[in-house]
Amino acid sequence: MKIVYFAWVRERVGVPDEVVDPPAGTDTVADLVRWLKGRGEGYREAFADEAVVRVALDHVHARPDAPLAGIREVAFFPPMTGG
Amino acid sequence: MAPIRIAVQAEPFDAAAETERLLAGRADIGAVASFTGYCRDEGGRLAALELEHYPGMAEAEMGRVAADAARRWPLLGLTAIHRHGLIPPGGPIVLVLAASSHREAAFGAAEFVMDFLKTRAPFWKREHLRDGTLGPWVEAKDTDDRAADRWAAATSP
Repeated sequence: MKIVYFAWVRERVGVPDEVVDPPAGTDTVADLVRWLKGRGEGYREAFADEAVVRVALDHVHARPDAPLAGIREVAFFPPMTGG
Repeated sequence: MAPIRIAVQAEPFDAAAETERLLAGRADIGAVASFTGYCRDEGGRLAALELEHYPGMAEAEMGRVAADAARRWPLLGLTAIHRHGLIPPGGPIVLVLAASSHREAAFGAAEFVMDFLKTRAPFWKREHLRDGTLGPWVEAKDTDDRAADRWAAATSP
């Protein structure tokens, strides 16, 4: 599974993207965030306020309880400020 | 379904040329509402705005917002262009053109598309300051969320 990060989430994690192989039982976005936070300080900083960080699954906005089965690309980013 | 044109690009757009493109060969369009968003200098503080985006999703999400608008109003054409990269004060950032037979649908759709581009399209602004330093990421505004939320409460025309 590929994960991509944007804006300050990317800066805190320290990489723009990575391919990960989370353990069995990582079924939802929330499970993935919990696992990522165990990988280092940058991840803990990025996801310090989980309610703020947004997620998209294969280019579509999603919620923390969304299942990851069949998903190829997960994106984490701050609230959007375009326009 | 109205013809929808979505573009995400680094280079500036030409609003007049885009309007001509929307109108080309059409005699049924009675109204085009146009919105252009520009980079402000924030009282002289700003050297530029940097716009980061999520390639692929930016186009997809703008397309979904445009398709929602086309379901909601009787549109004859809709164009949405969003730039990325470094944009100096005075430079255009975003263009929305909504075409219809009458003004009500054109105004309504243009406003709807802008409200949802701001809250749903994956773009992030960062300030580059005149003193040469990198400023903060721009924070999302609650007022933008409320502007988008009011459409959920509004009855479809």
